[in-house]
Order: sequence, then C-alpha cells, then structure tokens
Amino acid sequence: MNATAQRRLLSSLFVGACGFSVLVALVPLALIMFFVVSQGVQALNFDFFTSMPKPVGQAGGGMANAIVGTLMLSGLAALLAVPIGVISGVYLSEYPGTRLASVVRFASDTLNGVPSIVIGVFAYGLAVLPFKQFSTLAGGLALGIMMIPIVAKTTEELLLLVPGSMREGALALGATRGRAVRTVILPAALPGIVTGIVLALARIAGETAPLLFTSFNNRFFSTSLTQPISSITVQVYTYAISPYDDWHRQAWAGALVLITIVLGCSVLARLATARVSRLRTR
Amino acid sequence: MTEAPTHVTHLPPRPTVHRAPGRDAVTDSPVKVDVRDLSFYYGTKRALEHITLQAQTNRVTAFIGPSGCGKSTFLRTLNRMNDIIPGTRVEGSALVDGKDIYAANVDVVELRRRVGMVFQKSNPFPKSIFENVAYGLRINRLVTARADIAERVEESLRSAALWDEVKDRLHDSALALSGGQQQRLCIARALAVRPDVLLMDEPASALDPIATQRIEELIYRLKAQYTIIIVTHNMQQAARVSDHTAFFWMGKLVEFDRTEKIFTAPGEKLTEDYVTGRFG
Repeated sequence: MNATAQRRLLSSLFVGACGFSVLVALVPLALIMFFVVSQGVQALNFDFFTSMPKPVGQAGGGMANAIVGTLMLSGLAALLAVPIGVISGVYLSEYPGTRLASVVRFASDTLNGVPSIVIGVFAYGLAVLPFKQFSTLAGGLALGIMMIPIVAKTTEELLLLVPGSMREGALALGATRGRAVRTVILPAALPGIVTGIVLALARIAGETAPLLFTSFNNRFFSTSLTQPISSITVQVYTYAISPYDDWHRQAWAGALVLITIVLGCSVLARLATARVSRLRTR
Repeated sequence: MTEAPTHVTHLPPRPTVHRAPGRDAVTDSPVKVDVRDLSFYYGTKRALEHITLQAQTNRVTAFIGPSGCGKSTFLRTLNRMNDIIPGTRVEGSALVDGKDIYAANVDVVELRRRVGMVFQKSNPFPKSIFENVAYGLRINRLVTARADIAERVEESLRSAALWDEVKDRLHDSALALSGGQQQRLCIARALAVRPDVLLMDEPASALDPIATQRIEELIYRLKAQYTIIIVTHNMQQAARVSDHTAFFWMGKLVEFDRTEKIFTAPGEKLTEDYVTGRFG
C-alpha cells in the first residue's frame, strides 16, 4: 500500500470513529426525548398546567403548584448565585495569578463536584433546622449554592475570551481598570454570560436531591417563602415511586414539562443573545 | 525587584543624532514630547537603551526598524500603556509639554487623555458607532449634555473622514464596519477627547492599500492640529507621512533626523542598510 492510500484509509477510519462517537453520545439524548415525549404527551393537557394534584384515587389533576414552585426556586437560586458568581468570575479573570484567586478557583471547582444531596443536607442544617421548617428559601439556597460555581466559571472563561486589545483601547482613552471592566469588558462578554446563566438555571431546575429536605413538597398551592413548596422534580419523584398508574402518567407529563422549560430557556437564551450582540450594549 | 543592571562598563556606543543644518523642507516647531535617556525593562531584560528623542508639535514623527527593535515598546512608554504589563520598569524621563510623565504625582488617566493612542489592530468596542466615539467623553465626563456629545461625535467622525460613510447608521454596531472604517473609527474615538499627542502603532498594517492610503491622507491632515507619532513597518509609509524619522535597532535609537535625510543621506551605515532593504 502506498503512502497516499494509507493516509486516506487512516483518515476515513478516524472520521468514521468520530462520527460513531457522536452517534453514541446522541443516542441516549434521542431516546430520553423520545420516551419522555411519547409517554408525557398522553397525560399532558390544559388541566395539567392549571389544576392542583387530585387526591389519591381520583384521576386527572395537574401540577400548577409544582410549576410555580420550580420557577420560584430557580428565581431565588439565581438571585443568590448570579451576583456572587459573576463578581467571583470578574475577580478570577482580573487577578488570575493571586493567591486568593487560586483558593477561590479551587473552592469553586470543589463545590462544583460536591454531590447535590450533600448540598441539600448543608442547606438543611443552615436554613431548615434552626427554624424547624422546610421552606422555599431553604430550597432556593440549596440550588443557589449549586449554581454559584457554574456561574463563576462561565463568567471567568467568557471574560478571558474578550480580546486584550479592547481593554487597552479603553485604558488608552483614560478609563480606569474598574471602569474598563464595567463599561467594555463585561458588556462585551455579556451575551455569553447570560447564556451561561440560563444554562446554569436549566441545570439546577432539574435537581431533585437538594430539594428533598429543604423545600420538601407541598400538596397545596403556595407562594410563601417560609413554607414548604412543591417543585416539578420532587413531584415527579413522588409520583414515579407511587404505585398508581395515573400518577406515573403525571410523572411523565411533569418530566416533559421540565424538559420543555429547560430546552425553551436554552433556545430563548441563544436567540436573545444573538439579538443583543447585534444591538448597542450601552 | 532586581537591582539595576550594572551596564555602565559595557555601555553601547551612543547613537549619533544628526541635527539638520539647514531647514529646507521641514521647519522646526516647538518640542512637544521630549524623551531623555529613557531605558525600559521587561523584568531584567532591557528592551530600550538610553533613548533620547524629541517630537515636535504639529509634526509627524515616524519610528521605523525591524520587528522586535523596541519601537512599539517605546511608543507605549509615551502614554504609559506599559504600566499594565507586570514586571516592567522605566529609567530616565519622558516629558510632555515640559512635564515628566513618570513623575510620582502624574495622573495616568489624565495623561492618557492627553496622549491618545490608535492600535495596530482596530479595536472598536462592541457598542454602536456613536457610543464608541462618545466613550472617552463619557468616562472622562468631558462633556455631559446630550447635544454637546452628539456635536463632538460628529466633529470627531468628520476629522477621521468617516462621517459621510456612517452618518445614517450611527446607532448600528461598530463591529459591522469594514476593517478600514473600524480603524478610522478608532482614530475618531481617540480624537474625541481632544488629545494633544496622537500615538499610532502601525495603524495601517492590517489594511488593504486603499484603506491605507485613506489613513495616510488622514494623518497628513491631522498634523495641523496634533502632534503625531507613528510606528510603521512600511518604510514607504514613513517616507510619505512623516517629517522626522527615528530608526530603532535592537532597543537602541540608531539615528533620528528629518525623514528626507534618513531616506536619502543617512548618517549611519546601519540606517542606510535598513532603508535600502539590505536587512530587516
């Protein structure tokens, strides 16, 4: 075999291997989507979004309380994690070599690797035990703690992508360092940071374990911050381990709604950032 | 911090500065930038050695020399842009309007407003054309009234010969402009804060010949109002746009004289070899 033929063979082998790997990676996603959609659609109707869960034995009902709960919990988490995460990210990208930065980076990576159930226990000790009360706030705290390292990492990485020439341009016009970060570097990275935040939100919206003993669950409609609250994930979990077929169907529908929210957020984030980056950012 | 290297024993020969005896083509003008015996260090590595040079008001001074000769580094010492690189150090002095910009009480932010800079690669901010030009005005609070800002933006864009091309889309993103337009926008942005001195670091090296020609015409017109110092790789460009030319080689200023003299009758063999293309 001559060199050219050998090179061609190797090339097609590697291209084939890459294609196969992509396929293997995509098959689980496709299967999950297929099952969730095909099973979930059966129990999905208008009632599902507007009704409360029915008592055991009665068919029908919905997850209105859980949908609101998930939105509230995610919102609280973002309220906690976005400021802390973004500011940490700015620090990490502005002072990358300092001792504090390496400590923060290490702590952030470690926190990112802590199992979510452990974070749940931590939030339980911090926000449930002292008040002897499961609450929305405790759930938001647990999810927020999970979200901080993701937001910090994304922010740091995106800020580092902003060309140094932009910083120089701002400084050359008489901007101070803080001003350059605030008026040029952060705005330049903003579309990406927003996308990162939405993806982080999508990630924590799907968490169950940290909520099991923080926000717990609530059969009733609640928007109280100091009372237990339902969430789609915990509701799906509760229904899925129950012995009732109707509840199983509801669990599938819940999973479908959750996936739709998460996917919708990602798509919206991408569309919005594509639009924002074309407009003036000031 | 390392101690200052003891280079006194093996000091390189001082560059001969040939002062023009006559003043046929270029008339002398008051000195704007006066650099005296300036050396610059990256850590312990000396990048510039004992540079002494004056740039005159309303004249274009060009720095030429092969890559890595220190001409860009030197340009960046004039608005203290090198301050942002950790581990750098300056010895000697650089005076703008008679005041040492490396003195302890100098406000670097104010200095950079007076000594504007245009970079090799155009670096518009991801904002609208209008906001790019208004940026320096806003952060320095030079003008605050809306109408005044708009007026200054128009004036700057006209000075940079860009107004007619962008007047109908001032609020579109600056990133949609062509390379040459982006560079002129960066010039307009630098002009908006009304600097005294304009530093240009190879402003046309990334542009096509037509865009380059427009930048050169612009430089020629701008020198009526500004003191311009330009770094260029392109010797024809230096010959076309500048009144004085400094030839740098390995961190040293080899020769500094009227441009015409540098290109027709250089006093140093090294300069002659470089401008005739024998090396570099």
